[in-house]
Amino acid sequence: MASTKGIVGLFATCLVDLVRPEVGFSTASLIQQAGYKVEVPDGQTCCGQPHYNSGALADSARVAERFVRIFERYDYVVAPSGSCAAMVRIHYPEILADRPKFAQRAKDLASRCYELTQFLTDIANIQLSSRYKMNCTYHDSCSGFRELGIRSQPRQLLERIDGLTVTECNESTACCGFGGTFCVKYPQISTRIATEKAQNVEDSGADILVGGDLGCLMNIAGTLKRRGSHVRVLHIAEVLAGQADQPAIGQPRS
Amino acid sequence: MEVTSAHFKSRSKVALLNEELQAALRKSRGGFVDKRKLAVDELADFENLRDRAVAIKNQVLSNLDRYLEQYEKSVTDTGGHVHWASTPEQAVEIILDICRKVDARCVTKGKSMIGEEMSLNDALEGQGIEVVETDLGEYIIQLAKESPSHIIAPAIHKTRNQITELFHEHHAKYGLTEKVEEVATIVNEARTVLREQFVKADVGITGANFLLADSGSSVLVTNEGNGDLTSTLPKVHIVTASIEKLIPSIDDLSVFLRILARSATGQEMSSYTSIYGGSASAEGMDDTREYHVVMLDNGRSKMLEGEFWEMLRCIRCGACMNHCPVYQSIGGHAYGWVYPGPMGSVWTPLLVGLQNAANLPNACTMNGRCEEVCPVRIPLPKLLRSLRNQIFERGLIDRKSRLGLWAWKMLSVCPPMYRLVMNSTSFVLNRLGRRSGSIRRLPFGSGWTEGRDFPAPTGGATFVSQWKSRSSD
Repeated sequence: MASTKGIVGLFATCLVDLVRPEVGFSTASLIQQAGYKVEVPDGQTCCGQPHYNSGALADSARVAERFVRIFERYDYVVAPSGSCAAMVRIHYPEILADRPKFAQRAKDLASRCYELTQFLTDIANIQLSSRYKMNCTYHDSCSGFRELGIRSQPRQLLERIDGLTVTECNESTACCGFGGTFCVKYPQISTRIATEKAQNVEDSGADILVGGDLGCLMNIAGTLKRRGSHVRVLHIAEVLAGQADQPAIGQPRS
Repeated sequence: MEVTSAHFKSRSKVALLNEELQAALRKSRGGFVDKRKLAVDELADFENLRDRAVAIKNQVLSNLDRYLEQYEKSVTDTGGHVHWASTPEQAVEIILDICRKVDARCVTKGKSMIGEEMSLNDALEGQGIEVVETDLGEYIIQLAKESPSHIIAPAIHKTRNQITELFHEHHAKYGLTEKVEEVATIVNEARTVLREQFVKADVGITGANFLLADSGSSVLVTNEGNGDLTSTLPKVHIVTASIEKLIPSIDDLSVFLRILARSATGQEMSSYTSIYGGSASAEGMDDTREYHVVMLDNGRSKMLEGEFWEMLRCIRCGACMNHCPVYQSIGGHAYGWVYPGPMGSVWTPLLVGLQNAANLPNACTMNGRCEEVCPVRIPLPKLLRSLRNQIFERGLIDRKSRLGLWAWKMLSVCPPMYRLVMNSTSFVLNRLGRRSGSIRRLPFGSGWTEGRDFPAPTGGATFVSQWKSRSSD
């Protein structure tokens, strides 16, 4: 596709990179569909969030510097994750504030870094062509919702899809219990919180649960599956890109 | 109070398996959240009030020495006494001393978290003084010989059945032998028992929600009116308070009253709002009455100097714990000291030492809902993260986590190695989960798969590698 609007550096995030490459490809195709050129720098690793949230500030700063060097050449940086985008947008300027070589560059990059649905609505105003006959509910992941203020964007996008209805689920903005390293440090508490979320999702009557952060979605999908639930879980990138009929998160390939 | 925060992990596991606790938590969970939302949505000015409350508290905290001196002078001028205590032990000594001087045999108490910091009940009982908690929740847990599990609803971990049994066991001595099962009859029975105690008490001890610097008054909000009977019937009234409760004057009070009850219980106002002062302030008052304020520091003035000063804005509404998924899963006792939930996870390590409570700041998903609902906009996630930083710097995290973080950092700054490890992990986990799409028992990640499946990587190779090979085709 001819690029007219600029070049987007796609930050896949560790979890999408490792667990669900489909989300990365869907993200890329949506950005292209909106008229941008996509590049996926292969030096990308982690955004440093695990270190930042574990109190290892010096380590997170080192990882952040790398990220800035790799992604600052692009017009925009887009990530299919609210928490990783918030890390760059909100926390990088704080983490790198006292590093003279990086402070300003981190601020510049922060202002050009977007979570996917934010980018597709606030910047790109994408037109969507996919069609389904499905009833979905949206889980507002905490960082995207509270740090980036993402609430209307994913719903706007989902409503642009023919045949897709969005049903609000009780406590859609409540944490699912994932919490990054929290889910392995305090697995029993994490599971309890996830169970609460799964119950609310089931009660909503939706066929699919959609969200913007793979960590939360893996947590909810894994919990639903253990409960024997039939609710399918998909990343919003997949739904918007017309891939919602593909096997859902945690489901076998055919 | 004994600090058991170091055992947070094991205590939280026990809490998750405690059926009665879980039943009590399930029952209360939605109530606080829904009621707060309704009350807040109805008040168009709520966000402005929050801003004003923040500004007032910040103004006081940045001039705290001046306000404390003004407050002391105002209390003294109105015939009261202010006693300064650096430590809980000093505060206890001061209170025991006041009780000894009037030969107190019986003390009634309103709810006071500062009293909990001092383990005041144990100290009084150790001196042979009978202590009667008069807040219904506090009374229930006193009978059960437990500590509060919530800062405004101390017995929230108890089910109605448990309360019925407790009353049945303890009230027989008053001739009340019938089991009370309905809320109204439970409340009535407590009222009957407590009335007698109010009358016979020699000293009444209450907490304070706010202290007014210009008038030397203390402000107490309750829903049961027990604070008034506790403070006014005995000849001696002792207020247990801490230095951050100060606000400049009664003009500032309405701002706080309007956000406190809404944030706490979703009420527009608490049922009772009482303002107390020394007896010289009212003409014709009995001048043999005593009014004492015991002002506890317990590490707070040190907090004021550092990066955690904003925590001192806290007005103890409990909204953070009402909206905390961790608190709502395990209740308050697992936190192991006086204050539970998000605010407790900041207070506790700062007041009892990080080494004694290093689990608390980590036991948080960083979901940020506490900050969203905090009426005085305390940046709780930021403060918890700062504590995590101190925990990390001081080597208080476990070896496994430290090693994991180190390894992840090394991979994160070395892309070829990262790619190799991620691709191999993707390959192996993909094979493990090929049949069902998920892994039921994850090697090295049994915590995750104990209660949920782990969605297996779908690709067999990472996204970045797949993208690269597709692009070069």
